Amino acid sequence: MSQRFNLRALRAEFPALDQSVNGQPLVYLDNAATTQKPLCVIEAVTHFYRHDNANIHRGVHALSARATEQYEAARHSVQRALNAAAAEEIVFVRGVTEAINLVASSFGQRLKAGDEILISALEHHANIVPWHLLRERLGIVLTVIPVNDDGSLDLGALPQLVTPHTRLIAVNHVSNALGTLNPVAEICAFARTLGIPTLIDGAQGLPHGPVDVQAIGCDFYALSGHKVFAPSGVGALYARRPWLDELPPYQGGGDMIESVRFDAVRYAPPPAKFEAGTPNIEGAIGLKAALDWHRQQDWCAIAAHESSLLAQAQEGLAALPGLRLIGQAEHKAPVISFVIDGTHPHDIGTLLDAQGIAVRTGQHCAMPVLEQLGAPQGTVRASFALYNTHDEVEALLRAVHRAHRMLS
Amino acid sequence: MADPAQRIQELADEFAFFGDWTERYQYLIDLGKQLPAFPAEKQNDAHKFHGCQSQVWFDAAWQNGQIHLEGTSDAAIVKGLIALLFRVYNGQTATEILSTPADFLDTLDLKNHLSANRATGLAGMMQKIQRIAQQAD
Repeated sequence: MSQRFNLRALRAEFPALDQSVNGQPLVYLDNAATTQKPLCVIEAVTHFYRHDNANIHRGVHALSARATEQYEAARHSVQRALNAAAAEEIVFVRGVTEAINLVASSFGQRLKAGDEILISALEHHANIVPWHLLRERLGIVLTVIPVNDDGSLDLGALPQLVTPHTRLIAVNHVSNALGTLNPVAEICAFARTLGIPTLIDGAQGLPHGPVDVQAIGCDFYALSGHKVFAPSGVGALYARRPWLDELPPYQGGGDMIESVRFDAVRYAPPPAKFEAGTPNIEGAIGLKAALDWHRQQDWCAIAAHESSLLAQAQEGLAALPGLRLIGQAEHKAPVISFVIDGTHPHDIGTLLDAQGIAVRTGQHCAMPVLEQLGAPQGTVRASFALYNTHDEVEALLRAVHRAHRMLS
Repeated sequence: MADPAQRIQELADEFAFFGDWTERYQYLIDLGKQLPAFPAEKQNDAHKFHGCQSQVWFDAAWQNGQIHLEGTSDAAIVKGLIALLFRVYNGQTATEILSTPADFLDTLDLKNHLSANRATGLAGMMQKIQRIAQQAD
């Protein structure tokens, strides 16, 4: 492995990893829910509160100028992280959920009854329910790219699913429940030939490597800070510039206007047009620190490390009698979902927690796909990040064996 | 028949005896296994207890002024917790149920080991039993 990837040094940057839970060293495998934060992020947020705290934009004083400068610098960091063409294409939001709601709200104003939004069976509820709300309000139609038994998307079905009424294709980059890495560039290329815009839910994409929205060729890309080593409650929506000019605002309030009279309002140019009210300034500053840190990492070495963790976990778990891996697509992020026949995922999760191992159990906000793949009670999901170790995978395997013994 | 306070003390003594978490959980799992079968035809929405991540079904009836509780869950540990509640409450009168401190689980060195979700589900079940007792009182 390269010199830039030193696992021990890397782990030392994440203070929360170094603790005991229920008398055992913490093994944190719930990274698809939220990642731990490196010191540089914690310090960036603390530094802001200690020295620079002020509201941004329009301030005449020094602190406000510093806060504004950092907030706008964060926008540039997001732009670099996604390789967007311009910083103006980055809108700060609370996270992917708000990003998709923003698109559903603003883009949704162009829609009418009978228009179709094409999503996939792998979607998180955040990329289902905003469209369902539009279905209730406007009578749009939701169509769904089916999923194969191995958890990959059935892209062969795509041409038949697209109709002259398809207005948007919205899919995730990586499935949070199964870890499937979707061929988003291929989907966007297909959509472009038909002139259909695309939205990518990137919540689980950036945590495992660089993202290039121009190479993907999407119109919208959404990310959440907390999944990518940054604070919770901050995220970003990338939107290709023409959309930002064309779409109406999402929420009304301060900061998104140029002038307000009781009979007329002029909106600010994008991205301000989509950022009403005081934003999560410290969150954006934390996100900047996280993404600048992300940029320094050796992602070739990390990808190799993460896939060897996944391979080790898959191999070890598959050897357990009665254990079924849910989702074994060829291309996967380091996320492993499983069920053990005759046991409830919550029981496994509870007994793992007792052994210091943090996993997630349940439906992972993706009820439709789990039902289809024969896991209606949900799954146990272990999701890895760059700081996890082979010893931790061993600890997981031992703990699952033990939990299984206790429950049988 | 032992009153609720005695039963809680018994449980506390049993739990205090365990050396580590494995024994505590194993005991809960075994308690769940001993729970009388809950009729399949009652495993429906009318008997479903909402507020748990796993599925819980539950029914209460009064016989000669004493409560008769039955229930089950599709998760082993929750089933054990149900068995635990039933051990304290089953066969008690409404007055006895209402005089049982609702925080009795705290004495079992158990709550620390329950996830917040599960503790909320359990508290919800206890409230439900108390409401049933209030209506009968």
